[in-house]
Amino acid sequence: MSGQRHDVAVLGAGMHPWGKWGRSFVAYGVLAARAALADAGVEWRDVQAVVGADTVRGGYPGYVAGATFAKALGWQGARVTSVYAACASGAQAVNAARTQILSGLADVVLVVGADAAPKGFFRPAGGDRPDDPDWLRYRVLGATNPAYFGLYARRRMALYGDTLNDFAQVKVKNSAWGALNPNARYQKRVSADEVAASAVVADPLRLLDICATSDGAAALVLSSMDFARRHGVPEPVRVRAVSTVTPRFPQTVLDLPDIATDSAAAVRPPPETFRASIARAAYEEAGIGPEDLSLAEVYDLSTALELQWYEELGLCAEGEGAKLLREGATSAGGRVPVNASGGLASFGEAVPAQAIAQVCELTWQLRGDAGQRQIPGARVGITANQGLFGHGSSVIAVR
Amino acid sequence: MSRTRVPVVAGWFTGEGDGFRLLGTRCADCGSVFFPREDTACRNPGCGGQDLAEVPLSRRGRVWSYTDGRYRPPAPYVSDPERAWEPYTLVAVELAAERMVVLGQAAHGVTPAELAVGMEVEVTSGVLNEDAETTWMTWHFRPVVEEEAS
Repeated sequence: MSGQRHDVAVLGAGMHPWGKWGRSFVAYGVLAARAALADAGVEWRDVQAVVGADTVRGGYPGYVAGATFAKALGWQGARVTSVYAACASGAQAVNAARTQILSGLADVVLVVGADAAPKGFFRPAGGDRPDDPDWLRYRVLGATNPAYFGLYARRRMALYGDTLNDFAQVKVKNSAWGALNPNARYQKRVSADEVAASAVVADPLRLLDICATSDGAAALVLSSMDFARRHGVPEPVRVRAVSTVTPRFPQTVLDLPDIATDSAAAVRPPPETFRASIARAAYEEAGIGPEDLSLAEVYDLSTALELQWYEELGLCAEGEGAKLLREGATSAGGRVPVNASGGLASFGEAVPAQAIAQVCELTWQLRGDAGQRQIPGARVGITANQGLFGHGSSVIAVR
Repeated sequence: MSRTRVPVVAGWFTGEGDGFRLLGTRCADCGSVFFPREDTACRNPGCGGQDLAEVPLSRRGRVWSYTDGRYRPPAPYVSDPERAWEPYTLVAVELAAERMVVLGQAAHGVTPAELAVGMEVEVTSGVLNEDAETTWMTWHFRPVVEEEAS
């Protein structure tokens, strides 16, 4: 199963700018949805299905996000789906829409994700729940998300010789693009000195190495290729692959929110990490390899994690992520620019919207509509992300 | 009034002093080890065994990585909001026999500056927090002192 037989068209992309706006996630989602519909030139009443990426921070309406957005846009009878996969919720939503289109259940589908985030650390759901690994890691260890990012960063320093300046340079690169993105929360260039002067959050990472939590929303209008042609868009940006794989036992990289890895005492570990398997599944489905990429949008929850993704996407060999960055390969004008949107470094994370936002950026880049951030001649892009509890997320889009 | 010492999670560790051990479970069919303990069914997809026996984990391991928490974590982590926040250190430890990595807080006073990837550490009983009636017990990791290593 590979190549263009499984293409779906991206007719429209829209966002509500990221920030801390003090409104409901519903408001952000509706505005992003209207932007995507306008971009597509599709009327809401003609959308046959709506897929919402859930948020756990909006109460019940957040758990049934598809219906919440459908009601707020005005009930018109569309088929509804709501999905949750932590940070990977957006990719699951894209995939749910895609499978409905490819199976013939719907010709045109609206995908929406939105969040209104708290200040500071994400926290587990309330109550006394000692059976919940996410509750336990806070209760027993005080292990916040940045704590895990700190563990990964320190290990890279020990194994590969990455330096604090390498990490800071990821922020320098991404903030330079964020300064050019009107949807980014932080539209200001950051220097390596400013990163070094920011407070340590989780040794060795500093505040400006770690992504913030943000309000924001992103939406896509996806359709069958036939619908796109009838709609007057014969050469749309196309989603060619969506990877939503799970890990393979034994999972030997300590992963949020776990307190321990699986044991490899009885079963040999798989030949690749979970993150590498996420990208490989996407490449295989699309029938392409890393050498074909024009650009990548990766989940830079921390600066150090972006370097990890370079390796797991196959942009370079294991341990050579910092070298790739230093060579400028992932910067503007480089061989494969990474996070031309500005990345999470410039957006902060709006969990269910983020993986959709990655696809919005690919769409604009592949259309040549990315303004000052435009990667010249972009033809193939990949997104990569990973959701808590074992959710792979990678989308390949082509023009 | 003396407080009662209670494990923060029942069945995850046992013993005192040199006899302190983390407790996992081992599948009788394939030998896979689980921590936190898996008591329902083996999670090796090629096994499916349901005979899981409690097993103490290795006392010593090597540092896989480490970090600290410079800011107060949210609840349910317990800390006194009236007192200045004191950072704690987290250590991920690779256990050779079990071929797994286990996360824990370092013993009080151990900072990242005293740790290195690959360093030998050992598990020890530690206090997580105290309230009016209870001292909540947990596991800590601390560097193995040279004289004791043999």
